[in-house]
Amino acid sequence: MGTPLTWADVGSRRRSFSTSNYLPSPASVIAVTDPSTGPIDPSQSRLRRVLGVRRRWTTALIIGAPLLLAGCNWYPSYGADPGATEQGHNTFKLYSGMMTTGIVVGGLVAVLIIWTVFRYRRRSDEMPRQFHENGLVELIYTVVPVIIVGVLFYFTVVTENGVDATQPVNATTASTGSTAGSPVVDITVTAFQWGWRFDYTGLNVGVVGETTNGPNNHGPQMVVPVGETLQITLVSNDTIHGFYLRDFNFSRYAQPGVINMFDLNVLRTGTFDGQCTQFCGLYHSEMLFSIRAVSPADFETWASAEVAAGHTLQGSGSGAENNPPPNTRTTPASAGTSATPTTPATPKAKASA
Amino acid sequence: MTTTVERPEVITPEELGGPDGHGPDVQHGDAHHGHEGPSGILNWLTSTDHKVIGKSYMITSLVTFFIAGLMAMVIRSQLLDPHTSLVSYQTYNELFTMHGSLMMYLFAGPFAFGGLANYIIPLQVGAPDMAFPRLNALSYWLYLGGVITMLSGFLVAGGAASFGWVSYAPLSEATNSPGAGADLWLMALALTGFSAIFTGVNLVATIFYLRAPGMTMFRLPVFSWNMLVTAILILIAFPVLFAAVVMLFCDRHFGTHIFTVQGGGSPVLWQHLFWFFGHPEVYILALPYFGMVTDILPVFSRKPVFGYKGMVFATMSIAGLSTGVWAHHMFTTGVVLLPFFSLLSYLIAVPTGIKFFNWIGTMWRGQLSFQTPMLFSIGFLLIFLVGGVTGVLLASPPVDFMTHDTYFVVAHFHNVLIGTAVMAGFAGFYFWYPKMFGRMLREGLGKLHFWFLFIGFWVAFMPQYLLGLHGMPRRVASYAPDTGWTTLNVISTLGAYIVGFSFFFFLINLWVSWRKPVPAGSNPWDGHGLEWFTTSPPPHHNYTHLPPIRSERPTWDYNHPEHRSIVHKPKDKASAPSGGGTKEPAGAAS
Amino acid sequence: MKVESLILLAVAVFFGIIGVVYWFTSYEDAGFLMLIGATLLGLLPGSYYLWWTYHMKLRPEENPDATIEESAGVIDAFPGSSIWPFILGMGAMFATLTFVFGLWMAPIAGALILSALIGVTVESRRGGAV
Repeated sequence: MGTPLTWADVGSRRRSFSTSNYLPSPASVIAVTDPSTGPIDPSQSRLRRVLGVRRRWTTALIIGAPLLLAGCNWYPSYGADPGATEQGHNTFKLYSGMMTTGIVVGGLVAVLIIWTVFRYRRRSDEMPRQFHENGLVELIYTVVPVIIVGVLFYFTVVTENGVDATQPVNATTASTGSTAGSPVVDITVTAFQWGWRFDYTGLNVGVVGETTNGPNNHGPQMVVPVGETLQITLVSNDTIHGFYLRDFNFSRYAQPGVINMFDLNVLRTGTFDGQCTQFCGLYHSEMLFSIRAVSPADFETWASAEVAAGHTLQGSGSGAENNPPPNTRTTPASAGTSATPTTPATPKAKASA
Repeated sequence: MTTTVERPEVITPEELGGPDGHGPDVQHGDAHHGHEGPSGILNWLTSTDHKVIGKSYMITSLVTFFIAGLMAMVIRSQLLDPHTSLVSYQTYNELFTMHGSLMMYLFAGPFAFGGLANYIIPLQVGAPDMAFPRLNALSYWLYLGGVITMLSGFLVAGGAASFGWVSYAPLSEATNSPGAGADLWLMALALTGFSAIFTGVNLVATIFYLRAPGMTMFRLPVFSWNMLVTAILILIAFPVLFAAVVMLFCDRHFGTHIFTVQGGGSPVLWQHLFWFFGHPEVYILALPYFGMVTDILPVFSRKPVFGYKGMVFATMSIAGLSTGVWAHHMFTTGVVLLPFFSLLSYLIAVPTGIKFFNWIGTMWRGQLSFQTPMLFSIGFLLIFLVGGVTGVLLASPPVDFMTHDTYFVVAHFHNVLIGTAVMAGFAGFYFWYPKMFGRMLREGLGKLHFWFLFIGFWVAFMPQYLLGLHGMPRRVASYAPDTGWTTLNVISTLGAYIVGFSFFFFLINLWVSWRKPVPAGSNPWDGHGLEWFTTSPPPHHNYTHLPPIRSERPTWDYNHPEHRSIVHKPKDKASAPSGGGTKEPAGAAS
Repeated sequence: MKVESLILLAVAVFFGIIGVVYWFTSYEDAGFLMLIGATLLGLLPGSYYLWWTYHMKLRPEENPDATIEESAGVIDAFPGSSIWPFILGMGAMFATLTFVFGLWMAPIAGALILSALIGVTVESRRGGAV
């Protein structure tokens, strides 16, 4: 056993061989000057100046770009739907702003990574300067993300309060949102394996439909009036289902034991497709439905026709478009509930939102 | 046979070998214990050596990875066409359940903490083995038992579990999912859960108690720090999973009503329990891989890691915050406190951003060379960046309402998981393979593996973001032709095939390196950590000699004393000048 | 042991604060209890380590200037090859399979687990393989 190494031994000895098979031997390595004898590296302050300028522009860009776009009322869709409901449109604006921010921030970081990779690829055997920290830079890139996140959180809270706001059950009193005091249509949506039931409690209309397996068959359809507040009560008979419409930028779980209530204010007429999104068993992929928004007058006509046809709350009949065509579905081996729609439980008294 | 292990001798320069850097000849100096012991399969069954156990974990988890990958190929093939009937709905549901379960429970975690960390952490801290070697072995056998149990679901009547890797109640109750497959799935979780818990205990004990002299906590490599934090997260999260699994099993078979409404239970309770485990779980999967990249980037940049303390505190912040955000998976239930979980989810972006900038800072002004581990690390940086940004979007409840349970989320989590477990995981594997097996993997094949995987990833998953925004839900066995989703699905499937194909290069690389080995030497990458000081593979009980440990890069300091970064002046001022490339002005002590 | 204890105590403090905030903002039972559990998980070992920090002398791995000689001697005892982890692991697997396939598996599981526990105890006491 030799004499123990002290730091002095290590410091004063130069290794003359390489322990690497792949990298050149340190014989050509240039020793870094001892900073205790040399001046402050001038490139360091230049780095700080460059980063400082870049930093300010970067921050301005990150915070400013989405706000500027929003101010100009231009929201890139990035593949999403602008939203056919008031709530959905607000969600879309938030989404668009966040995507713009994300693209700017992510893009900057990606450019930084790629630039670094190209700029600092090994050109010589010169040993790089062995720096390991820069307090100011680290502080900046800790504080700036907190600010960005704070701004995003603020807009999130504002949008979320709008999306989840519900009018009081008696809609004559003022409420939040531009549709305060608008007439209210109460609909109870019941999800079950594997279909949907829509009960218009004030109108004695019931629509039900289940799994479909034909082309262009979109399952039961909920007809609604434009310009009125839809107060949806969402329940489930068995497993958890997801009530989702792409065009409304919205989804909510239907869960046994939980009564979810939310408002939808449809802005335009049209047919909007929906589907179950929470996996619920064998025919989850076929649990389709749609919402057709019509003028209030057409809605009244439709409601009367439904009552006349016997599609009422207590009836178990289903609309014409809801009869599934004959298909090749075999009896599922391990699915629990049967395929025929069960009479849904009477909707429970609605708790206040 | 239990052996007592003494500290290795100090190394003197004269004993250090020649240009191949092998270090002293370890075979002859090893007088403490002979090398008798069982060989062959009995050795595998009885070994408590962390190196053998680590390799077993890696092989088993990679096999699991490939099985789950094949399932993914079938899933993507089914989605090529609307209303395809490649497999039945039941089989499809089993496939995506098992794909997710195998990947999450049986590959990504065990590969990281059971495989690579098990092998590398004792080496990095200078220990002869893990603190509890027999417990370590037990962890592996419990894990293997879990793999067998979960896969045997395919052999029973009724098939494997088919309720998704999250097994939400009431879908997972006995009325909706009868059959032994679901019960086997639950039992597999119990086994692998305990395997993980025991590994977590071992990691904490090893890092706290078995470090080499001079290896203070703040001289640990960042990979060791990340494994320590991961281990504590495992101890927080996995017992909750076990409790939830037991409760669900009781609901299924012993007549309890914990998660069913009739009888007074609550399905939402399952979600709270599961996600209190589930969200830390994804960080348990991510943090080890962050640590691997943090160890690899400095080596191939020829510089120390930038912002060491920032990295450590960022890791701890991520872990802490991750335990508080579980209900962001439950935003659409309508019964969780949205602002609390939204704010904490947003905040996780801050320490993650710190880590990103530190990784960039590590490469900044370095001399970058692009061997395979470095390529995979850079791939990780780019892929995880996109995944992280989309995660920030999902932290917002309104945006979550429009994307929850659609392919947007599928794209997001594959983005982050492939970035970490696959990209960074293979970076770690390629990096430490020479140490573990004493031979090099071929660079050409490694680069081919990387490029096919990298390009295939983007082709496979970027269309899925759009699919989610266009309204395609997840976990659907088929979709209608008039949705317009077909084209994007075809592109995504093509990308999946490219990803799958990339692994042929990896397998060929393994085979070639085995048949025609190129000896690696103890330090082929000019690595920084202590593990590169010993031979490849390390001898029994890892070290016969140790260098002085004065920074987080003991091997680098030993090999490049004039380029060390952190200088610690010994108590007697009569020695060493301060050296290295610190930026302090003249005369300042470091 | 100071850094180690502070890490665990930081876990306890963090989850204690988050738990209290969560309770008073949501009154949700399950999450609150799990956060308190995490608090206790940090508090118990953390305070134990903290006590030991002030009652033990500096270990070589905490001394930044330590030399190898300072920690010369036996590190610990590391059990070598042992069949018992394998037996115990397989016993645990069969024990879980008992719940799935029936009580007939319980004797197999019980035999494996019992023999592993006995074997590992004897092995530890003897310092060698049984």
